[in-house]
Amino acid sequence: MTRLIYPLDGLKAHPPSLSPAYTSTVRRAPSKPLILLPHSLTEVTGPVYGHDSVVAGEADLTRQHAGEPLGERIIVTGRVLDEDGRPVPDSLVEVWQANAAGRYIHVKDQHPAPLDANFTGAGRCLTDTDGRYRFVTVKPGAYPWRNHHNAWRPAHIHLSLFGHSFLSRLVTQMYFPGDPLFPFDPIFNSIPDEAARNRLIARFDLSVTEPEWALGYQFDIVLRGRQATPMEEPHHD
Amino acid sequence: MTELLSPVHDLTPSQTVGPFFHFMLTPKAYGVREIFTADLTQEGPGGDRLRIEGRVLDADGAPIPDAMVEIWQADANGAYAHPASPKPAANGFRGFGRCPTDAHGAFAFDTIMPGIVTTFDGAPQSPHIAVTLFARGMTRHLVTRIYFAGRDDLAADPVLALVPPERRSTLLAVAVAKGLWEFTIRLGGDAETVFFEA
Repeated sequence: MTRLIYPLDGLKAHPPSLSPAYTSTVRRAPSKPLILLPHSLTEVTGPVYGHDSVVAGEADLTRQHAGEPLGERIIVTGRVLDEDGRPVPDSLVEVWQANAAGRYIHVKDQHPAPLDANFTGAGRCLTDTDGRYRFVTVKPGAYPWRNHHNAWRPAHIHLSLFGHSFLSRLVTQMYFPGDPLFPFDPIFNSIPDEAARNRLIARFDLSVTEPEWALGYQFDIVLRGRQATPMEEPHHD
Repeated sequence: MTELLSPVHDLTPSQTVGPFFHFMLTPKAYGVREIFTADLTQEGPGGDRLRIEGRVLDADGAPIPDAMVEIWQADANGAYAHPASPKPAANGFRGFGRCPTDAHGAFAFDTIMPGIVTTFDGAPQSPHIAVTLFARGMTRHLVTRIYFAGRDDLAADPVLALVPPERRSTLLAVAVAKGLWEFTIRLGGDAETVFFEA
């Protein structure tokens, strides 16, 4: 039982569990090495949440209340792909974010910036047959946190995705191009590889904008997994 | 030899779930429609009901009050609610649960005893539940498994066989009453939970 159906190479993109500049990792990282888990049906299957899990309007975060939220209206779209570049269709994408002032609706967020009665900051949608998702929202603000003196998070949107197996599960954050806070953020910089880090920065795309209404960003997401066919045992000949 | 083609697309890296996920991922208190539950028995799948209660503890043994635990499991016949499963899962059984930890680091799932799932080599695995753990301060989710203490087939389980014998007990839920099992997730200390790279 030594085989892995999906290769491990791509996992190097992820940040290590212990990233001391992000101080909360110090007590929340395992001290012992991970044990390599061979893939069985448990791993190549995964939760299926399709068309019955999303209702109309949940992908537009600007239309969830009586009025429109304050802030810069944006469209965020992209394709969810596997490691072979195949689209991942009918897959749930959950997003959450701070409002334009950098304040979350969450009860634990005590940043003294205003809440917006017209903005919750939570949305979900399903990828289409081409793996594409699309949200309408407002650009989140930067906000302070207590990791170190004068620490600020760059503006970001949180995303949670399932893909098509237990192995493709991903929670990540999308950032905006040109943010001056990148060099100072231990969470963004917990990813050691610069190219991997930069894959979390959305691309401004004029073709996604809607004239006189909203700016547009493209953010493609690549999930673990390749064509989920059990591979033959490799022979070392 | 079967060659694995080198990936043409680089993975999107993980980032921490952060402390503020509840209003989307477990949002009932925020008036946002909730689609996930910690009760997998709602559709009345056949099988032995069980409740798993546990806590998530940090490297110092302190409770983690802002973690999220997800579970993924087969039904009582060893079938997954997924198209790759050779046999279909019990009607309405989705096999997935999500639960935030509370102020004491505690979580709980109501579910059924999973059936036996074989490896692709045909070796039976002892009944198990796959676990995914998220929290602020965790740059990427951690993966572990819940097995059930006292079963005869644990000794032959091919995954447990990969775990050093002295650490295997960290993967065992322990029965504390009929149908009630306890499973603690520890991020450090002498009984640090075994986590897997999959």
